Amino acid sequence: MIGLTNIEKRFGDNLVLKGVTVAIEEGSVTALVGPSGGGKSTLLRCINLLEIPTSGTVRIGDETLEFRPGIKVATRDIRRLRLQTGMVFQNFQLFPHRTAIENVMEGLVTVLKWPVERARERAMALLEKVGMAHKADAWPATLSGGQQQRVAIARALAPSPKVLLCDEPTSALDPELAQEVVDVLGQLASEGTTMVMATHDLRLASKIAQEVVFLDAGVVVEKGPASVVFSTPEHQRTKRFIATLKQEAGESQ
Amino acid sequence: MPHWLQLMLDSLPTLLWAALIFTVPLTLLSFAFGLAAGLVTALIRLFGPKPLVAVARFYVWIFRGTPLLVQLFLIFYGLPSVGILLDAFPAALIGFTLNIGAYTSEIIRAAIGSVPKGQWEAAYSIGMSWSQAMRRTILPQAGRVAVPPLSNTFISLVKDTSLAAAITVPEMFQAAQRIVATTYEPLILYVEAAALYLALSSVLSALQTRLEARLNRYGGFLEARS
Repeated sequence: MIGLTNIEKRFGDNLVLKGVTVAIEEGSVTALVGPSGGGKSTLLRCINLLEIPTSGTVRIGDETLEFRPGIKVATRDIRRLRLQTGMVFQNFQLFPHRTAIENVMEGLVTVLKWPVERARERAMALLEKVGMAHKADAWPATLSGGQQQRVAIARALAPSPKVLLCDEPTSALDPELAQEVVDVLGQLASEGTTMVMATHDLRLASKIAQEVVFLDAGVVVEKGPASVVFSTPEHQRTKRFIATLKQEAGESQ
Repeated sequence: MPHWLQLMLDSLPTLLWAALIFTVPLTLLSFAFGLAAGLVTALIRLFGPKPLVAVARFYVWIFRGTPLLVQLFLIFYGLPSVGILLDAFPAALIGFTLNIGAYTSEIIRAAIGSVPKGQWEAAYSIGMSWSQAMRRTILPQAGRVAVPPLSNTFISLVKDTSLAAAITVPEMFQAAQRIVATTYEPLILYVEAAALYLALSSVLSALQTRLEARLNRYGGFLEARS
């Protein structure tokens, strides 16, 4: 289980997250939705501490870290918590100088010190899972965006994280390529992978997510089961936003 | 056989020998040490504490802003006045190393800065420490960006080692000067020396091309065109 309690994040004078509290059940998929600049990406990055919260508590499984203004948390503790997470980025961010399978092996070999052969076996199994085994030895630059993102998903899953964080995983892809990524994430969800995704892809959110958290201006406006929030949102702000998403989705089809 | 050709052939072994035991080792050693100094300086300037950053900037400022020949003279002829006596070769090696370190630090600093921030984040996201991210992810990509400008510096260095003649290192150019002193044929000997420097830098250019091809084998944002 993942718990974010009273998370505040300040960039200079700009308070991006204003005391956000979210609990995520193990095995569930949570979509963070909301307008750009609403704080969903920042909140996601606070879970694996790519952004250090100004204050608040982050809990993943048995690991808990508390943040307070002006107090520096040890790098060792940050890495220990981060190792419980895997992340998929909007722009894939595969290591361009490593082949697909080397990308997946990297965390196992360099960080977890696995023997190369064992890492290769696990990497190959993961590439098979995301349908990329046939491109194991390809350079990232030779892969399509959708293929790169699927390799990136395998890379993020390699160290067996407790949660997979996805930051706009389909936003850089055209609809056809986005579909293959949605399919892979959907399959992972059905296998019980805990996921948190920041997205404004309605197809992704409505197909995969059970829980939706609607963030605007750094606060949680509304949260609840995806079926409820998407069909009968409570707040005016959420209604308007979901209406625009539906309109966009309709236009792009 | 014409006189000029005879003279060139006769002096060739002497010049090649001087190149082999002085020019080439001086070039390779000062580039290797200079590169190490440049990497350390670049890392300090990018990530070091403020007082060290100031030291690094001062070092680059001095060694980029003063003539190499003057630096060599200071080290070889100037330092004995404060009790530091160096042989000609180590003096030249130190001078070239410090000079190369200053120039390459700027190249390496820019190359490290050119790797997208997302690559750091990707490395961190799979649990890497700063040094693992640097070694495994950032430096290999920075290396590719840095090779062409570093090759420039390297090729300049091969030619600049002729300045060591002025502080009595018997490298290739000084060997040519000595033969001129006995034969009074400056045109022939200096053309020959120039041709040999040209040959050395051509070899390096060819190696650069091969290295770039290897570094570019993964394609990506800096596609090599051939």
